[in-house]
Amino acid sequence: MTAGVLRRLMRSRVGQVGVALTGILVALGLFGGVFAPADPFLPTGLPLRPPGGAHLFGTDDLGRDVLSGVLHGARISLLVGVVTAATAAFVGTAVGATAGFYGGSTDDLLMRLTEFVQVIPRFFLAVLVAALFGPSIVFLVLLFGLTFWPGTARLVRSQVLSLREREYVVAARSVGLRDGRILVRHVLPNVLAIILVSGALQVGAAILIEASLSFLGLGDRTVVSWGYMLNNAQPFLRSAPWLSVFPGLALVVTVLGTNLLADGLQATWERPRT
Amino acid sequence: MRARFGLDRPLHEQLLVYIGNVARGEFGTSYFHRRPALEIIVDRIPATLLLMLTALVLSTIAGIWLGATAARHSDRAPDHAITVGTLVGGATPAFWLGQVLVIVFAANLGWFPVQGMTSVRGVPEGFARVLDLLHHLVLPALTLGLLQLALVTRLTRAGVREALADEYVRTARAKGLAPGAVLGRHALPNALLPVVTVVGGHFGTLLTGAVLTEIIFAWPGLGRLLYDATLSRDYPLLMSIFLVASVSVIVANLLTDLVYGALDPRVRLR
Repeated sequence: MTAGVLRRLMRSRVGQVGVALTGILVALGLFGGVFAPADPFLPTGLPLRPPGGAHLFGTDDLGRDVLSGVLHGARISLLVGVVTAATAAFVGTAVGATAGFYGGSTDDLLMRLTEFVQVIPRFFLAVLVAALFGPSIVFLVLLFGLTFWPGTARLVRSQVLSLREREYVVAARSVGLRDGRILVRHVLPNVLAIILVSGALQVGAAILIEASLSFLGLGDRTVVSWGYMLNNAQPFLRSAPWLSVFPGLALVVTVLGTNLLADGLQATWERPRT
Repeated sequence: MRARFGLDRPLHEQLLVYIGNVARGEFGTSYFHRRPALEIIVDRIPATLLLMLTALVLSTIAGIWLGATAARHSDRAPDHAITVGTLVGGATPAFWLGQVLVIVFAANLGWFPVQGMTSVRGVPEGFARVLDLLHHLVLPALTLGLLQLALVTRLTRAGVREALADEYVRTARAKGLAPGAVLGRHALPNALLPVVTVVGGHFGTLLTGAVLTEIIFAWPGLGRLLYDATLSRDYPLLMSIFLVASVSVIVANLLTDLVYGALDPRVRLR
């Protein structure tokens, strides 16, 4: 199935660009440190050198290589994006599928819970948690995962609601399959498309929120991230704009890539717009 | 000091006291400002609302116009330009865009003030005061509105494209209506339903959605207050802001639902 999806994805221009950009992010996230010319935390040149020469993206106020920072920063973005999306997909699917499949008071209860989580002002909460419990990347990723799932849950639920009435589900039931098996083997594979699309969108959204927090100085300062670099760049906006331009562009390209991937995936299945 | 704010009592007792106080409309006193927390919050709300509403209204109007234009020139240059623009716009972090705008238009060109809501050197009186405010509003509103603009444009474009292929639009064309009238009177209203949903969804974030923008531009609103309260560990103020923000989300969502009921006759409220 995976190969088929990829083949259809590569047929559209949007899908191609999305796959390429996301592929670059994944490659940099996994191996970026290997390509980096220097340790992103160690001064390797004169401070505030413009791009060119030994430092392709210039150096910051402590003489650290900006290119190395951008390459290393991909790892945090990838980690935050993927873990958040995976957590949200897992919780959202579990809640949405259960609610849609069983209906009745189970549905009511789970959907009220979903709405409760959905109305929490996410960024407010993130600022609060980062400030009160300390800026640990583990905390942040958990927080994102546990606030992103309501969207997935609602999509999955609406899909399961219509799928459970299909003939093949009725057939599976009449053969005597247990609920859990019907849900996992017969219903969920047909919802996978929607889970993937919303997951890809959430990767981008989570990356942006993490960057925003780090930009405010509320992120994890023991690792290099693009938000952290942008935060450092603030006092030098006029004198050394390259400090801000390169990490910012990296963010734009990354999020653009995952958004395009989501668009391409969606076109692959051609599900009706929601 | 600890005894004065009740911090020497056990945690569960503090929570009960807090809940009791909130129930009586007592939101506590800010450690930092030494004023009732609610009073400080209410002071900040107009600034946030002004910024958010400006961004929301402008980006919605511009987004509908851009989306309709793109759909009308489907698969030609304007469409491609607008589509690429929305994709890039939707992926740009607001805080970074804010920085870039400040570098270009405030620091280098000097067209707009870098920060704040009013001039630092004395606020002028009368009409000049309004102009001064608007002058300060431009960059933050642009920063805040971009994401919404991209979203509305995309939705409108998709909706209008779909509607233009529908039969009632063919009928409208066949009876000789001008292209503008077909678009404005027939295609657009139907295409805008998803836009209403999205814009309605944003009403819930009126008080909470501008945190980053307010911080970058030192806009004296609720988000800036949250940030300052966080940095000064002002817990009574933090708790109150969070409470007010949560309640505002619920109220705004309720209002949005009621508006749907009024706009769309198919929606029935039980």
